[in-house]
Amino acid sequence: MTDLTSLTIAEARAGLANKSFTARELTDAHLAAIEAARVLNAYVLETPDRAREMAKAADEQIGKGEGGPLAGIPLGIKDLFATRDIRTTACSKILGNFVPPYESTVTSQLWRDGAILLGKLNNDEFAMGSSNETSCFGPVVNPWRREGSNTHLVPGGSSGGSASAVAALLCMGATATDTGGSIRQPAAFTATVGVKPTYGRCSRWGIVAFASSLDQAGPIARTVRDSAILMRSMAGHDPKDTTSVDIGVPDYEAAIGKSVKGMKIGFPKEYRLDGMPAEIEKLWSEGAAWLKAAGAELVDVSLPHTKYALPAYYIVAPAEASSNLARYDGVRYGLRVPGRSIGEMYESTRAGGFGDEVRRRVMIGTYVLSAGYYDAYYLRAQKVRTLIKKDFEDCFAKGVNAILTPATPSAAFGVGEKGGADPVEMYLNDIFTVTVNMAGLPGIAVPAGKDAQGLPLGLQLIGRPFDEETLFSLGKVIEQAAGRFTPPRWW
Amino acid sequence: MSVDATTVRRIAHLARIAVSEAEVPHLQGELNAMLAFVEQLSEVNVEGVEPMTSVTPMEMKKRADVVNDGEIADDIVRNAPATENHFFLVPKVVE
Repeated sequence: MTDLTSLTIAEARAGLANKSFTARELTDAHLAAIEAARVLNAYVLETPDRAREMAKAADEQIGKGEGGPLAGIPLGIKDLFATRDIRTTACSKILGNFVPPYESTVTSQLWRDGAILLGKLNNDEFAMGSSNETSCFGPVVNPWRREGSNTHLVPGGSSGGSASAVAALLCMGATATDTGGSIRQPAAFTATVGVKPTYGRCSRWGIVAFASSLDQAGPIARTVRDSAILMRSMAGHDPKDTTSVDIGVPDYEAAIGKSVKGMKIGFPKEYRLDGMPAEIEKLWSEGAAWLKAAGAELVDVSLPHTKYALPAYYIVAPAEASSNLARYDGVRYGLRVPGRSIGEMYESTRAGGFGDEVRRRVMIGTYVLSAGYYDAYYLRAQKVRTLIKKDFEDCFAKGVNAILTPATPSAAFGVGEKGGADPVEMYLNDIFTVTVNMAGLPGIAVPAGKDAQGLPLGLQLIGRPFDEETLFSLGKVIEQAAGRFTPPRWW
Repeated sequence: MSVDATTVRRIAHLARIAVSEAEVPHLQGELNAMLAFVEQLSEVNVEGVEPMTSVTPMEMKKRADVVNDGEIADDIVRNAPATENHFFLVPKVVE
């Protein structure tokens, strides 16, 4: 039964429907795989009892022919999503043993549709990081290794636990969140599919907030189809999130296999960086050729403000984070470090509870919002953000359906290799993904090839607002041409 | 622009994060690396450009002004480090 974990969601759905196996068997196979893969540190909390309870309920529903679209499908949940009565920490010491008395909207919709919770997945502290090394539970290990090497590589971040668990067959799919690339970059590092939906597509309610104007939830899965299946359950209007958009959720799966003939695909010259590895350049051209062969038309486009997206992001995101994280004061929940006065208690609690990266971002955010600097930094960055969005609007106005770019400027790197001396070195990981968040657009990362060391590389497609369907259709073309990539099991 | 040690201490205080004297030079270096990185934004011509306030063009939704929640005091104090009855306990604020 161990190979049950290697099924896709679509295959498992069929197997459950025709009674080839039960949800309980599928769940037990995953729980055993999780236990055998603790060296990867992908899960920060395993919930086997809850999983078996949910599997029992799913089997009953399937038996009665009343199973939902995800009935019996075991998933992992990023520890940024509040799960009722199950510890939720954002992988920060400051949340301590926080046990939410409520459920995030996105996860509640997954349970509504019959999915099973296997446990909570590791991530960078408060989703701030690109390597999953800032988690208070320690780094996650990528199931991929360089050929002939035992060096532990990072899975990317911030959704590193989600990406690693999906790639290593420790869940059939996972929830993730993306503020500057946190779904797409780890997906690219682990040969998984990651979807960052349009801003407003998925409710943010019950997700620990990082930068509210950029945060968006989405799935990580092993195939484009699986990601479309998960998206349908995760998306939808929620009155509890004022930025959630009130439009219907299409059947994303129906977009898989749809013809892309005649679609115009933008090829932006600004994404060609000096010093970019030749392999990535080659992969990018290959991706263009695959889409062309499927009948799409490739057009050169210009997004002139691309290079300013990352610096503008490093003003906007920390500014919003400094405001969102003001709530961690040691009074209502989480860690408290005692002090003689209330002020001393606040300062000691926050010093003791926040890790280095979070402290750095809260401080820079506080600075750019402070009197005398607001106009020079924050206001200017928000104006640049308008220009970045306009670049995309101009491009789409010319009839471009989607834009093709590399997902990351490199393959996965070693644990402890980057960002030690200069935090900016780590930030550069998100150079191709961050523009999408700044403009509120949907993006998908699809595995497309390997580098000379045998590590996976991904391509990114950027779509028009609320046109995730086109991304699924195009993503499927890339997947079909590139094939799927599975890491050899060493753990 | 760059920050000096005094500014680092001021920012830490505004952010309500205790910072020891020994940490100041290190933090100053990190913050200045970030400020140097964002400096390139000064070369963008932003004249006449509206700052972004909402990434999706939509009107702010308003909900009906009705009470639809409450009576959950137990839930609210459940995760607090120190409580008494349904109150959060903090160090003395008023003498």
